Amino acid sequence: MTLADVKRGDKFQITYIPDEKTRAFALRFGISEGATVSCAEKVPGGPVIVKRNLQEIAVGRNLANKIKIKNIG
Amino acid sequence: MDCCNISHKIDIPENSKKVVLAGNPNVGKSIFFNSFTGIYVDVSNYPGTTLDISTGKFGDYYVIDTPGVYGVSSFNDEEIVARDVIASADIVVNIVDAVHLERDLFLTQQIIDMGIPVIVALNMMDDAKKNGLDINVSKLSKELGVPVIPTVAPKGEGLEEVKKSINKAKIGNSSLTLTEELEDIKKKAGNQPEALLILEGDPHVTEKYGLKPINHREKIYKDRRERVNKIVDNVVKETTEGTNFKTTLGRMMVNPITGIPMLLLALYGLYEFVGVFVAQTVVGITEETIFLEMYEPFIRRVVGNVVEPSSLFGQLLIGEFGLLTMAITYTFGLLLPLVIGFYLFLSILEDSGYMPRIAALVDRVLTSLGLNGRAIIPMLLGFGCVTMATITTRLLGSKREKIIAVFLLGLAIPCSAQLGVIAGLIAPLGAKFFIIYVAAIFIIYVLVGTLLNKVMPGETTDLLIDLPPLRLPRVSNVLRKTYIKSKSFIKEAGPIFAIGAIVITLMQEFGMLTAIQNAVAPITVGWLELPKEAATAFIMGIVRRDFGAAGLTDLAMTPAQTVVSLVTITLFVPCIAAMMIMIKERSWKEALAIWFGSWIIAFVAGGVVAKILPLLA
Repeated sequence: MTLADVKRGDKFQITYIPDEKTRAFALRFGISEGATVSCAEKVPGGPVIVKRNLQEIAVGRNLANKIKIKNIG
Repeated sequence: MDCCNISHKIDIPENSKKVVLAGNPNVGKSIFFNSFTGIYVDVSNYPGTTLDISTGKFGDYYVIDTPGVYGVSSFNDEEIVARDVIASADIVVNIVDAVHLERDLFLTQQIIDMGIPVIVALNMMDDAKKNGLDINVSKLSKELGVPVIPTVAPKGEGLEEVKKSINKAKIGNSSLTLTEELEDIKKKAGNQPEALLILEGDPHVTEKYGLKPINHREKIYKDRRERVNKIVDNVVKETTEGTNFKTTLGRMMVNPITGIPMLLLALYGLYEFVGVFVAQTVVGITEETIFLEMYEPFIRRVVGNVVEPSSLFGQLLIGEFGLLTMAITYTFGLLLPLVIGFYLFLSILEDSGYMPRIAALVDRVLTSLGLNGRAIIPMLLGFGCVTMATITTRLLGSKREKIIAVFLLGLAIPCSAQLGVIAGLIAPLGAKFFIIYVAAIFIIYVLVGTLLNKVMPGETTDLLIDLPPLRLPRVSNVLRKTYIKSKSFIKEAGPIFAIGAIVITLMQEFGMLTAIQNAVAPITVGWLELPKEAATAFIMGIVRRDFGAAGLTDLAMTPAQTVVSLVTITLFVPCIAAMMIMIKERSWKEALAIWFGSWIIAFVAGGVVAKILPLLA
């Protein structure tokens, strides 16, 4: 499953983030491989808004397609 | 521990004690800076970048502000400046947003890992409480190994204590596990901050010491992230689930059903404020009354006493397109008020946290044009001044995005100066022609963007941005930002407008303007079905885009001809200043390609509209 497949309110674990630079950025924001996060909002055809505690990050749809996740309900 | 001398880059004495303020974007850093330094502040450009850096004095210390960054590295200009300044610090005052500890402590931990004495100002404590966060400050201080002082900067709470505690700054507990590697590089680099940056694979610092690139960034970042998460887990307790009005509003801003009407409302506000109030009322006073009626006659008289006005030199100085006449009036009478208006609006959008949400909302649309949501900033600014907008394309992630954005700006975004004249010409013709005009420009914009997205090599960077909490912007901060940005725009673009004025005067003196007009005439008459004189307007459009459109006012044209000429003149090359900024931002080759591309598209599109219009009648 990828980040683009999640629905609003889903809770899931990030298992894979492509590209070193993207990983570095995501790590700074607190979102790393292995982190448990939730989907706060999903713009139709657009970015997925990922939330961890009070931190929210907008992830463009193309990138979301490449980020792998594991749904934990 | 004066490791890296930055005295040659910012104007402070060598070996002076430096206190550096560091923090993530929008954490209230400037309030601390003002509190430290009072009103005597020095703002200067940081060499090699477009950024300004503020310095001031606090007792015997020199206090240096840094751009807000999420981490220290070299991903963009902001980070490069922050990196150099932080690495040279004797003491870092790290301002941290208590609501966003997980994000902010990453930078804190990185600075601690650099081995620099740190003191943490835990700001926005009131917001944290409102969001139901209970932060154990003394535990946080113990975990980090540095003093932590809770503050509410906008209310002045805790500022004095931070200032008093400066000498208590300490080297904290490192998250680094690669200690041996660090010691090894430290021997070569001579100091820990830069040794850490080398270990993290920073290319600039590595090159500075002539070392072989090593890259342990991923490992170091992961360790740091793990440590920060552990600290946060230990010191933060969530007392209530924080769903409040601001969170709901934030969601509504990115959801298209509610977000698009909100965006339209914001744009309408922008139009009313900049398009109506500034562009008409304010510019009416500054350009017409002050510059055209008072300043220009005055300077013509003064200079006319010394230089013969009709001589080439006289024309260059005080002629129709003179340096002291047109260039000055245009820059200060027309552009400056508009630029201030736009930056004021943009600063409010930024500081309130709305801007990143707009970027998320429009990301999908801009992605199909080969851009990402962040490109909304230059596109919006383009309606103010294309020259200003072209400069801001620097913030885009890749060369490909920069070229697409610059092309679209130059081609299909009419600047505010031009919009006024276009509106004046098209309003009397009625809704039908207005819609045809807008539709034609919009179609060209989308078609060209889509096409460039297909043919341009490379990849568009993906959107990955932080959505900060919504906050009421602080007036002082908005004004300060507006001032700094407007000033640096005038400093950068002013000389360009001056060169533009010289080029145009020379072209006119040597008859080149007329020659081009005659050369274009067959296209104007034959293909666009316009009066021959319309060519004059097109050429004048290069001087100033609004001159071009204004030139059409005097021609007797049918409504159809008016629309065709307006479409053509909008798409036709931007003004000469914007053209020169394109050379500066891109290169001669790319700029030329963009100009010729714009010309061809302008005439083809104008002709197509001319052929289609009779069919619609």
